[in-house]
Amino acid sequence: MQREWTIPPAAGLQVQVEGLGKRFGERQVLHDITLDVNPGEFVAIVGRSGCGKSTLLRLLAGLETPTSGALRLGDATADDVRIMFQESRLLPWRTVLQNVRLGLADRGASDRARDALAQVGLADRAGDWPAVLSGGQRQRVALARALVHRPRLLLLDEPLGALDALTRIEMQRLIESVWRELRFTAVLVTHDVAEAVALADRVLLVGSGRVTLDERVALARPRAHGSPAFAELEGRVLARVLDEPPREGVRLAA
Amino acid sequence: MTARRQLRGVAPWIVPLLVIAGWEIASRTGWLSTRILPEPFAVAQAAWNLLKSGELVHDVAISTGRAVAGLAIGGGLGLVLGLLTGTFRTAETLLDTTLQMVRNVPPLALIPLVILWFGIDESAKLFLVAIGVFFPIYLNTYHGIKSVDAGLVEMARSYGLKGWPLYREVILPGALPSILVGLRFSLGLMWVLLIVAETISAQSGIGYMTMNAREFLQTDVVLVGVLLYALLGKLADLVARGLERRFLRWNPAYAAVPA
Repeated sequence: MQREWTIPPAAGLQVQVEGLGKRFGERQVLHDITLDVNPGEFVAIVGRSGCGKSTLLRLLAGLETPTSGALRLGDATADDVRIMFQESRLLPWRTVLQNVRLGLADRGASDRARDALAQVGLADRAGDWPAVLSGGQRQRVALARALVHRPRLLLLDEPLGALDALTRIEMQRLIESVWRELRFTAVLVTHDVAEAVALADRVLLVGSGRVTLDERVALARPRAHGSPAFAELEGRVLARVLDEPPREGVRLAA
Repeated sequence: MTARRQLRGVAPWIVPLLVIAGWEIASRTGWLSTRILPEPFAVAQAAWNLLKSGELVHDVAISTGRAVAGLAIGGGLGLVLGLLTGTFRTAETLLDTTLQMVRNVPPLALIPLVILWFGIDESAKLFLVAIGVFFPIYLNTYHGIKSVDAGLVEMARSYGLKGWPLYREVILPGALPSILVGLRFSLGLMWVLLIVAETISAQSGIGYMTMNAREFLQTDVVLVGVLLYALLGKLADLVARGLERRFLRWNPAYAAVPA
């Protein structure tokens, strides 16, 4: 069943990162990240907490400025890149629909926002306050808010981290299906290796501020969590994550 | 169910009614001298007489006018300065320390100065009310702006909001609960300061009415004044609650608060 959406999908964005470094005061969080993401590709970044994976995502989103290196996002304009945070960050004083149309001022905005809500299965909650939604529903609204801009690069900063296991799997399926439909480039940061293997074309491991593993996931979609090939790959990546030395000072900071 | 709900509607009034009944009985039996406290019936009669003569309406109107004008001046200034210091770093460094110092002066301590500066006419009363309501609104506005969720601001910026749209969509609504708390404080202080100002000297208003009645030992009229202040205070509180329910209806904590 294919629905017609008011706005056509836009082509995914090419992401090129060269020798990217980020330092906060004395702390060098990212050293020398070099990374190429093809248009329409789904890349997952995994790593121990404090490895700098979220910082990398925030650099891609333009929320931080790099201290060294170069970052090129194809021919992107400001509207082409959207980020989904770990918390939904919905405005509690705006209704679901108003949240989705945030930053849109033109005439068709409400219709497009309604469409985006339908896309995440929440068309009937348009008039509700975010406070009455469940955690999973809030993240779906946040996804709709990102999708309504038809992003060419969607950045996902552990958006499913706070959800229960069942809702997580539902959300993973939803993200995969909109990604396949809209063909944007996606970069997902997660600490859940199974989630990375389930969703991504490529899984990157960031450790000590560098990319230490770049693994292509050749499994056919949709991927079954239980299949031997899936389990084998998940085990291999997980072993590499655990091999990484914990970051200095993490124990103190945590 | 309905019986219980009705009981809940009546229950808050049981104690006040008992107090009034006890008071009436004590006055009738002579336990309570009318010089100390006239019987409730006499107070009601005094109120009725004042109402008929038009004095009551006139004095209440004058007092309410002063209170509202003082609130508008002091509260308006507090809101504007709070928004300024909360939003702009320069304004904060320039003004906030000074204001935090002045805040520690109780407004009533300024009465001698106020009399020296303004004499005992209208501007003195307005000044006292304005300066009293200024600080709760200023402090809560400043604090409200400062404590707006930084994550929401970052999100809104990444969605292309800046300048006035960012202010309107995120910062002002985020600060509003705090601003309304300040307003509620101010409404309480407003009446206290007005009572003091009108008691010191006035040619009209509720304070004048009660001080005048004291001269002639009309305890019943004094009591009418006291009860009027209570009534007006309660009214101001209802207004504040109404505003909270209107503007914070997105917040489950305010959505269903019974009045």
